[in-house]
Amino acid sequence: MSRAIWMCLSVSFALGMWQAIVTLTGVPHFILPSPMRVAQALVYSRELIAEHAIITFAEVLSGLVIGAVLGAVTALYLMVSATARRLIMPILVFTQAVPVFALAPVLTLWFGYGIWSKVVVTVLIIYFPVASTFLDGLMRTSSGYLDLAQVMRAKPSQTLLRIRIPSALPSFGSGLKLAAVYAPIGAVIGEWVGASGGLGYLMLLANGRAKIDLMFAALITLAVFTIALHAVVSKIEAYIVRWKGESV
Amino acid sequence: MRISGSFKIDEDWLFRDIDLTLHPAGWTCLLGPSGVGKTTLLRLLAGLETYGKFEGTIITDDGQPVVGRAAYMAQQDLLMPWLDVLGNVTLGARLRGEKADMARARELIVRVGLDQHIHKHPSELSGGMRQRAALARTLMEDCPFVFLDEPFSALDARTRAEMQELAFELLSYQNVLLVTHDPGEAARVGHKIVILDEAGLQDFPISCAEPLRPSDAANSFKLQTQLLSALRVVPT
Repeated sequence: MSRAIWMCLSVSFALGMWQAIVTLTGVPHFILPSPMRVAQALVYSRELIAEHAIITFAEVLSGLVIGAVLGAVTALYLMVSATARRLIMPILVFTQAVPVFALAPVLTLWFGYGIWSKVVVTVLIIYFPVASTFLDGLMRTSSGYLDLAQVMRAKPSQTLLRIRIPSALPSFGSGLKLAAVYAPIGAVIGEWVGASGGLGYLMLLANGRAKIDLMFAALITLAVFTIALHAVVSKIEAYIVRWKGESV
Repeated sequence: MRISGSFKIDEDWLFRDIDLTLHPAGWTCLLGPSGVGKTTLLRLLAGLETYGKFEGTIITDDGQPVVGRAAYMAQQDLLMPWLDVLGNVTLGARLRGEKADMARARELIVRVGLDQHIHKHPSELSGGMRQRAALARTLMEDCPFVFLDEPFSALDARTRAEMQELAFELLSYQNVLLVTHDPGEAARVGHKIVILDEAGLQDFPISCAEPLRPSDAANSFKLQTQLLSALRVVPT
């Protein structure tokens, strides 16, 4: 059977389980709505959800692009400068020990209630995975390639451009795929802490008014977006490293 | 080209007081068991990192340094998987920031028999074809010194014999140092054969004809047997 059919079966199975739990336990709809109610909420509130979804998507995409670029530039800089590596790496690792959730209120204070505080949270969440996986790839260039480059009297800039960076692209791709999954988390954290729009904001609002079906509808919208984003980034990654065929 | 001296890693001598003069125009085969420093010797000559301390001298016949006049080929083909055959063959010039001579690259690719595969990536080629591409890249460098570190040892017997012939034919004007642990290979291609083992470095006298020696000829088979016997003597 094809993947698409399995996918449909899997989704149907999950929905069936959900419906079964609701039916069997008789739980009230304001605690756990049935899939049908959530679908109704999705259709009924589609304009409201779309309006907030666009805000969140914009935050996620800007955060992803900015974070990936900053992460890649940082990795390149740390690769080139051993001093910077010794000086900055410990700081980077330390910042990873600080939960972004705890920083979010301060970021809202600094960057306001608008889109930028959420973009900053997203950037902070994905910056490190991108920078560290790319740096790892850059530092692990096969010593044989570097020997060859040395015998060929390569210029260091050309070695970086033509050997180190291409051979680190698979690592960069892995970091990017990780970032695609983390980025929506960042945006939603930002929205929970303080926002006037976005799916996270909508979820909080719906929850507060016991509109659990609407909350689930927003949640599913976010999940589908995350999966789609991951799929797109995976396609981009596969294109970047298309030379990586099966070895004969 | 001559190297003489000793080499140690930390406080342990890898080899002491060796003295090797490469055959002035031809193939010198450095034969020996694993772990005695064959590759280190080659890396010293090629100017590569050796992670140890060399006490001695390396002199070339014209007194000019080797650096910048050497080409290198290893057991791994070291082809960049993101470049096609043509891109790999012209890599050296690009790394130096020079413009590659595409016509010459294409000609060399034809000479190693890869003209049908010029735009293929390494993942689409067999091990033998990849080593052919690496040979074309080595030839493209057009250097008087060529350092070969067991370049054929990962190939199957037939492909290896073909590669030895092709490499010998195409690298006939260079000063070649071939590091190998295969007596048969040394017996086929060596103008000069030296054995490096725990006791040090010895020239191995060759009484039969000049290479390329056919692998099925009686005297090259005899040379191979003699080399194997010499290798099997464990110094006390």
